[in-house]
Amino acid sequence: MRLRLLTERLTSLWFLCLSVVVMLLTAIVAGALVHRSLPILRRHPLGALLGGSGWHPMQDQFGFLPFIVGTVWVTVLAMAMAVPVCLLSAIYLAEYARSATRAVVRPLLDVLAGIPSVVYGLFGVLLLVPLVSDHIAPWAAKHLSFLPGATPREGYATGYCLLTGAIVLAMMVAPLIISIADEVLRSVPVAMREASLAVGATRWETVKHVSARFAAPGLVAAVVLGFSRAFGETMAVLMVVGNVPMAPRSVFDPAYPLPALIANNYGEMMSIPLYDSALLLAALILMVTVLAFNLLAQGVLVIAKRRAAQ
Amino acid sequence: MPHISVRDLTVAYDGHAILSDVTMDIPDRQITAIVGPSGCGKTTFLRCMNRLIDMTDGARVRGEVLIDGANILAPDADVISLRKKMGLLSQKPQPLPMSIYDNVAYGPRLHGTRNKRQLDAIVERYLKLSSLWGEVRERLHAPAARLSVGQQQRLCLARGLAVEPEVLLCDEPCASLDPTSAQHIEKRFVELKQDYTIVLVTHILRQARRLADYIVFFYMGELVEHGPAEQLLNDPRDERTKAYLSGTIS
Repeated sequence: MRLRLLTERLTSLWFLCLSVVVMLLTAIVAGALVHRSLPILRRHPLGALLGGSGWHPMQDQFGFLPFIVGTVWVTVLAMAMAVPVCLLSAIYLAEYARSATRAVVRPLLDVLAGIPSVVYGLFGVLLLVPLVSDHIAPWAAKHLSFLPGATPREGYATGYCLLTGAIVLAMMVAPLIISIADEVLRSVPVAMREASLAVGATRWETVKHVSARFAAPGLVAAVVLGFSRAFGETMAVLMVVGNVPMAPRSVFDPAYPLPALIANNYGEMMSIPLYDSALLLAALILMVTVLAFNLLAQGVLVIAKRRAAQ
Repeated sequence: MPHISVRDLTVAYDGHAILSDVTMDIPDRQITAIVGPSGCGKTTFLRCMNRLIDMTDGARVRGEVLIDGANILAPDADVISLRKKMGLLSQKPQPLPMSIYDNVAYGPRLHGTRNKRQLDAIVERYLKLSSLWGEVRERLHAPAARLSVGQQQRLCLARGLAVEPEVLLCDEPCASLDPTSAQHIEKRFVELKQDYTIVLVTHILRQARRLADYIVFFYMGELVEHGPAEQLLNDPRDERTKAYLSGTIS
């Protein structure tokens, strides 16, 4: 009997330790990143690092602006493409599709979400890059010349650009956003939907005024989670985005997002002083941003649950 | 010609019959109570009348429900105007995620009333008709979810009435209400039958006794017996009806 009690106490202690270790990992990673970024932060003020646009590690110049701008653009562009399509798909799945259709589509979404990002990257290189350079860019040059950001600059029509990166990224986050948005919409009480239909609303009116309204916080959370996933995505974007350290001025310009910067250069720093520290600062910036977005999404979801419980 | 007439209505779900060959007429401007033990097909019957049954995947519906001579189960029937005609009051009050005012104005707005003054008048009229006006007139723009369950059910009644239906379909509308709120709702029904045909699904025999002019008894998906309340309650013909009324089956 005493032995059983002892085992019980030891197991709970052991499990507690394990959980703490897992939680500590986040703190350890953050701590390590801060520690290793300190050297560069001591030499250059943070504002100059974030706002500087020259990236010349050999000359002790570390301006992160092109990379930050590149990351933001590629993410925003990808989300602009993905969000409308994803939300409408999720609405179709949750509100219109028959259960037989759902039974096919849901597993397919999981498969899409599980494809390794390098495969998406390859798809981008083999299919999207030629498509953009041979068809979309010339078309845009011809028809969209009035839009400064939508026409290729001289000498930059390689197809390895912001637009291609954004398309690949949009494809990658789509299954995630659709999947979460569908779950969220399915959580709208059936009786609520029927209450709307029963007074003679059409399905679309019901979606617009009732389901989407009730599910709004959850839908926002789905988008925010997609955003933070897109923000940190490395491999697929790196393969198609061009990786030229300058702030893009058109969607056909190459960009160089932060994750690509780290992945391309870490390990090949040729003992340039502070290079290592600069890259770890980049990692810290990524981590803090993604963490902030996840916290935001969590917050929104908590509100959603509270509202649903009302 | 009777307003609503049901011919050979059969509903099966995944090959399992829920309603079989129901044929009956529902009298106009009266309260018709549909009684029977749970799982006997009462709710399914009601859901056929406003085609909410369409929302149930895998439900197969055969037969006809004729309203003013037109079969509403026909594939090309206008479901939107059908549902406008058939008001629904469900078992659990389900306010829409918006204000009290917007809940009542929801239907009229969808059907084309945009004028603010007209909407105000509609909201006031139907909140009064469902005897909720006095309790909410000061907070019409508060979320409907904050009302008590009893108030919510009266709000749902007002919402249903606001689109000017001709028939009220009520699915155990007092099941989740406290006795006082239930009384409120029942009183409204008695007044409303002057202008509406009311179909009331209930498993409370006493409620059927209090309210119904006409009673329909379902048992295991089968229409066993129907007739004027007096006759069916006092002189049931079928053994199963007798057993149900005396409480041996429930």
